[in-house]
Amino acid sequence: MTLETDGPLLSTPLTDLHRELGARLVPFAGYEMPVQFPAGIIAEHTHTREAAGLFDVSHMGQAYLIGPDHETTARALERIVPSDILNLKHGRQRYSVLLNGEGGIIDDLMVTRPVSEAEDGRLFLVVNASRKAVDYDFIRAALPDNVRLETIEDRALIAVQGPQAAAVVAAHAPEAAKLAFMAAAPMEFDGIACHVSRCGYTGEDGFELSVPAGAAEAIARALLADERVQPIGLGARDSLRLEAGLCLYGHDIDETTSPIEGAITFVLQKRRKEAGDFPGADRILSELDAGPKRLRVGLRPEGRAPAREGAEIRDTCGTVVGTVTSGGFAPTLGAPIAMGYVDAAHAAPGTALVLVVRGRELPATVADMPFVPQRYYRKPKS
Amino acid sequence: MTTRYTEDHEWITVEGDVATVGITNYAQEQLGDVVFVELPDAGKTVAKGDEAAVVESVKAASEVFAPLDGEIVEANTALADEPGKVNEDPEGGAWFVKIRMSDKSQLDGMMDADAYKAHLEGL
Repeated sequence: MTLETDGPLLSTPLTDLHRELGARLVPFAGYEMPVQFPAGIIAEHTHTREAAGLFDVSHMGQAYLIGPDHETTARALERIVPSDILNLKHGRQRYSVLLNGEGGIIDDLMVTRPVSEAEDGRLFLVVNASRKAVDYDFIRAALPDNVRLETIEDRALIAVQGPQAAAVVAAHAPEAAKLAFMAAAPMEFDGIACHVSRCGYTGEDGFELSVPAGAAEAIARALLADERVQPIGLGARDSLRLEAGLCLYGHDIDETTSPIEGAITFVLQKRRKEAGDFPGADRILSELDAGPKRLRVGLRPEGRAPAREGAEIRDTCGTVVGTVTSGGFAPTLGAPIAMGYVDAAHAAPGTALVLVVRGRELPATVADMPFVPQRYYRKPKS
Repeated sequence: MTTRYTEDHEWITVEGDVATVGITNYAQEQLGDVVFVELPDAGKTVAKGDEAAVVESVKAASEVFAPLDGEIVEANTALADEPGKVNEDPEGGAWFVKIRMSDKSQLDGMMDADAYKAHLEGL
């Protein structure tokens, strides 16, 4: 999401490197970020699906929640998220959402419990760049006196994604290859202390490396020196996450949409569901029970014309039943794809709908997501 | 044959009273990978500034404006099947439309190659 900002754009520890690599830099969430490199969005997208892509995600917000013990910190965060944080195991992470009082989504985020018992009482958070300020104010306002939020301003965040990501990262940080999906651990990358998690936003296996800002460029250069790795801009990041069926905050989910409507019901764990002790629980539990009025679905337009965000969705009789929230071209499929909210009666996969693009009605079909199979890492059974 | 250019990064070549219109190499570079082209039907009448075609990259849709008044006599339907040609050969095979001009004097205000080059340098 592009945000209008006053004053100069912020840079990341990798901005100079992006410029050197020939990136086209654009304003994004207050930062000057690479939208594409000379290879172009389709080549970058395809390279990530076939080998490995390096993404600068340093604009995202990294922070610690710090309290006296795990239970206190977990329960503090559980005041504003519907996920089970209390039972999160050491070295594991969970995707969750910050909820307002109406069950709307203030942001989506990753929550990680450190590996080390010595660090119990800490949770590591990663939030969206465009929502940092809102999130931090919201979190602080919800915390008890003995838990504090400490934002991290001296670390960069580098994502390496793709089927070759594990081999590439393990060449510098061998421990990384042993991580399970949605697990995280501190480790050295060529002797530099980093925090590595096995997750991502492309549907591929991959990692996010939280690294000291001063070492970020050296780490990025070391990764890019591997011929399997290419730098990837925000353009391909968007087409990759769209193919993977993943939400972009401010587009596919926002303060009006609940996690049930947004089809991310998995943020809600059993213990929390039974307790109903999270913001907006009345709405969310009744939507779970009776089904939401509207639902985020995947859409496959016929033909080649992409349907973009904002396109009206009609049923085959011409009645408006929803709106496209993200749409574009899927390089892996060579065809347009979209996602949007539709009235529940039209949400079943296979339902024929119509998307209105430049005044013309394009036939489309409700499709299962992800559009491209996810290939997250699964540990071999031992 | 003189090629003329507009500030909207379109090029125009003229044969008799028919103008062939495409987008410049600069325009395709700015767009990035083109994934869809929507073309008008032959016979459609357009006025200068009207949307004559739509070109979509991975990221966004952009209009191709009619650079002058006239009637569409032909659209390059090959682009519908191979939109990537806009990136490969923007100022040659990937022309968009041919327009039978109704007012050739509209060509007068357009840039020649040198003026367009200077215009790009000033951007």
